Amino acid sequence: MSSNKDSIQSTITVALLLCLVCSVIVSGAAVFLKPMQQANKLLDKKTNILLAAGIETKGQDVEKLFEQFTPKVVDLDTGRYVSDIDPVTYDQRKAAKDPKLSDALSSNDDIASIGRRAKYATVYLLEKDGELERVILPVKGYALWSTLYGFLALEGDGNTVAGLGFYEHAETPGLGGEIDNPRWKGLWPGKQMFDANGSLAVDLVKGSVDPASPKAVHQVDGLSGATLTTNGVENLLLFWLGDNGFGPYLNNLRAGGV
Amino acid sequence: MTDSAKSVVVEPIFENNPIALQILGICSALAVTSNLEVTLVMCIALTAVVACSNFSIALIRNRVPNSIRIIVQMVIIASLVIVVDQILKAYAYSISKQLSVFVGLIITNCIVMGRAEAFAMKNKPGLSFMDGIGNGLGYSVVLIAVAFFRELFGSGSLYGVEIFKTVTEGGWYVPNGLMLLPPSAFFVIGLLIWALRTWKPKQVEEKEYELAPQNTSMHEAH
Repeated sequence: MSSNKDSIQSTITVALLLCLVCSVIVSGAAVFLKPMQQANKLLDKKTNILLAAGIETKGQDVEKLFEQFTPKVVDLDTGRYVSDIDPVTYDQRKAAKDPKLSDALSSNDDIASIGRRAKYATVYLLEKDGELERVILPVKGYALWSTLYGFLALEGDGNTVAGLGFYEHAETPGLGGEIDNPRWKGLWPGKQMFDANGSLAVDLVKGSVDPASPKAVHQVDGLSGATLTTNGVENLLLFWLGDNGFGPYLNNLRAGGV
Repeated sequence: MTDSAKSVVVEPIFENNPIALQILGICSALAVTSNLEVTLVMCIALTAVVACSNFSIALIRNRVPNSIRIIVQMVIIASLVIVVDQILKAYAYSISKQLSVFVGLIITNCIVMGRAEAFAMKNKPGLSFMDGIGNGLGYSVVLIAVAFFRELFGSGSLYGVEIFKTVTEGGWYVPNGLMLLPPSAFFVIGLLIWALRTWKPKQVEEKEYELAPQNTSMHEAH
């Protein structure tokens, strides 16, 4: 048998048969499990959106909680909703890489170091009795090692933070990774992003915020030992709340007409 | 070579441990041991892959042409790893996100290849399957021990449950940041090997080759 199995013919036969069997197994698993994987991905994103909005998801039906939110697509340049893009299927992260659906940012504008910005963004609205209660904005920006992907939830006034959370990053555990720390995230709700004149005032400070300072309502403690990650978070907020981000949209929102 | 199923399962745990004695599979022992939950899933995934790959390779061992045997082993191992990865993505999404590429990297884990080449090519499927289980357990014992120390001292918790209240949570424990970084696993594994060889002096270097003659060819890898 040993001389037989080493012949060219049997080598090719074994190789072909093996490839055939293995490819059937692999593609079978991929096709069979795909619906479940996609459902997981979607559920994961919804959970992140809810967590950013400051809604507890543990032990709750995420699908049901999420139904309260209306997704809408916003044209970032005009700050108005567009109706010809389906918010459920629109993928902003993919669009940011597509030259047709995104704009390259000049280095002066690109304070969050993201390179390209999608023309359209998906926002999630929570309405109660016809009044806008919360709006959730997708944000991303480069920190020390990685791009932070997250959601910023604002109250209906388009100014007060309801929550900030990141669902994807690769910052150093224990240092920059503390952006996931619930205690730090707990510092955000109630902070105001804009001052009385309507200009951006958010600021992450070294050490602790002095509660007596008149600026305290705009300030959040920086992360100790993670200056560059802290700067990344600040730049990301300045970009996405600024004129190249959701600035025009938030202006419209405050003026009462989108 | 031992041929009883029991000794094939039990021996790799302490007597002939794939990590501590054969020094195989160190890479993932560094990467996925910063918390216990992820480590456990990795151990289960690896044990399943070694056992199944050993079984399938042993099943066709008399048909595999010598010239392409390594490729044949790789194809079988890679297919199994993809299947495991797909299953994790479908049933344990959050953990598969944390394990990210490391499930895929089981393909390059020297334990899997090492056992396929050293054991499964020469033994019956049933026994090879048990050998895979044994080596998976040996790998798991070391990984869980490493993860225990790294999570306890790095995050002050075990399996996500708080043991030491950390300073950032308002407690007293200042977490050791080094423990959360992969290099700390080197220190922990080194200390474990020291402890193991003090307990079982037979494992000290020069006897190593006598104890595990079937593995000598794989020693240099990783």
